[in-house]
Amino acid sequence: MTLHDQNYNFGYLDEQTKRMVRRALLKALAIPGYQVPFASREMPMPYGWGTGGVQVTAACLTPEDTLKVIDQGADDTTNAVSIRKFFQRTAGVAVTEHTEQASLIQTRHRIPETPLTEGQILVYQVPIPEPLRFLEPRETETRRMHALEDYGLMYVKLYEDIAHNGEISTAYAYPVKVEGRYVMDPSPIPRFDNPKLESAAIQLFGAGREQRIYALPPYCQVVSLDFEDHPFEASKADHDCDLCGCATSYLDEIIVDDAGGRMFICSDTDFCAGRQAAGHIGRLSGKDTA
Amino acid sequence: MYVAVKGGERAIDAAHDWLAEERRGDPAIPELSLAQIREQMSLAVNRVMTEGSLYDPDLAALAIKQARGDLIEAIFLIRAYRTTLPRIGHSRPVDTGAMRCDRRISATFKDAPGGQVLGPTFDYTHRLLDFALAAEGEAPLARQAEPGPETVPRILDFLGRDGLIQEEPDGDATPPDLTREPLEFPADRALRLQSLTRSDEGFVLGMAYSSQRGYGRNHPFVGELRIGAVEVMMGIPELGFDVCIGDITLTECETVNQFTGSKTEPAQFTRGYGLVFGQTERKAISMALVDRALRWEELGEENVGAPVQDAEFVLAHGDNIQATGFLEHIKLPHYVDFQSELELVRKMRRGARAAQMQEAAE
Repeated sequence: MTLHDQNYNFGYLDEQTKRMVRRALLKALAIPGYQVPFASREMPMPYGWGTGGVQVTAACLTPEDTLKVIDQGADDTTNAVSIRKFFQRTAGVAVTEHTEQASLIQTRHRIPETPLTEGQILVYQVPIPEPLRFLEPRETETRRMHALEDYGLMYVKLYEDIAHNGEISTAYAYPVKVEGRYVMDPSPIPRFDNPKLESAAIQLFGAGREQRIYALPPYCQVVSLDFEDHPFEASKADHDCDLCGCATSYLDEIIVDDAGGRMFICSDTDFCAGRQAAGHIGRLSGKDTA
Repeated sequence: MYVAVKGGERAIDAAHDWLAEERRGDPAIPELSLAQIREQMSLAVNRVMTEGSLYDPDLAALAIKQARGDLIEAIFLIRAYRTTLPRIGHSRPVDTGAMRCDRRISATFKDAPGGQVLGPTFDYTHRLLDFALAAEGEAPLARQAEPGPETVPRILDFLGRDGLIQEEPDGDATPPDLTREPLEFPADRALRLQSLTRSDEGFVLGMAYSSQRGYGRNHPFVGELRIGAVEVMMGIPELGFDVCIGDITLTECETVNQFTGSKTEPAQFTRGYGLVFGQTERKAISMALVDRALRWEELGEENVGAPVQDAEFVLAHGDNIQATGFLEHIKLPHYVDFQSELELVRKMRRGARAAQMQEAAE
């Protein structure tokens, strides 16, 4: 028996609703990258705060799970704290900040730096699941385009980017093609994270307001859209982390003084803390900068 | 060390405490009771019930109190609570023809059986601030008239007898349930009406108004507006008959709209329909206009490209809980996305500057 608020069912949603979500999840895993409509429920947090991810997490959690919640890569951002507390209260599951110890990770906008392993589940919060939405606002049209594998519009957009700007001007939510079939929105992760979409973990995407679920099974092929002469490039700030010295992690830029002085730190707080604990130091380690 | 991103948990708790204090306001002023809100803010209660899709005046009053009078926030509280309620069964369709009307008016006939009953309306009040209310004076009691007939006939049925208005035959199909299935397009009329009932009053009003001003005009008259109590009947399988499980107050609006006819149909009038909880007549009338505008396809009318004719546009953007959530979520941290854009813009500026220098050198 776990300790959770007995006024609510385990994980807040009733069992019928969880079953409905699980059915959508199974279908999504069977057709990687395909957006499965599901009867999203109204949750006690607003649309846009991760209601899709929360419903997917609620449907997957078991009392034995260990949950990690991150927003912008960090465990201590306000909304990550809020969602973690929600599941502590309604499911009583163990929580952790350590990526390796988590069996289920709910994320907004980042994939952890530490590679995920088999048996882990990564749940993404998705605002707009439709990669073609800003090219064609009509759902009836975009569903037809997916059905016919009609992605010409997307390639024209990427081509026009290069023609106007010299490169593809999509910095986050960079579209991918899954198993050579569906073009998928990886949620607003920076394109730096796109290569990590090919993973040993199960990746589930929940869009509550838009009522869609999609998924990537483990080791599924995920290719970022590009052209032979303009290959995809995962980019990040051209700095090392000022706290742990890491040269390969994704960085947050922070303004530290009135003169506009900057520091760069890992966006993945668990990864950065782990490196610091192991003795790695950065440019500003030990200095009081704030 | 940089610490500003730490302490999120403490900040949230402190913010909630401050919010609770602000909600209460000056403790020297007596606190509002739920009964006061339910009885004296009843039109707000009605709106929260309608858009919250839950008929419970006491819970709506609680939500309004908790939300500090922000009705969209109150609607959100009701919707989130509603999610946790089990679905015990389905009622029979309510018979609004058997409504015990407090108000019933028609703009199409000067008089009709059952008469014009104004009821408690703002319509002919002069909008002058009543300072007697500020002095907390008691309102005089309204004069009592002899009760009218129990039920009154529908105005539009009189047109129907002569075939002047399009029939709306009963269908056998089970209506889809917006709260249990994802909204999919194209949406049939039952689904559109469900969605409009839940939609934001301001949004539906704006859409309806745009149709009156010429963006998809459809010449509406209020054929009948009726407000009153109806019985909710439910079939109990174990008993083998229907029982009344309670009364609810509804506002129903049927508009009469011109229709010039088509190849297969002679000229006749058509209807728009609105139905909402409580006395919420602005919403009911708006809904009827939007419903009628969305029927352009089935009636073989021209799509003039007006927003109000576009079901996908109207239904996808009318829900204020979805809208406010997505709108306000841009307050949440987006540093990761912004950082990636920052890098990209810097890189593109470097490229542009290098190209300019190259040009200048040549």
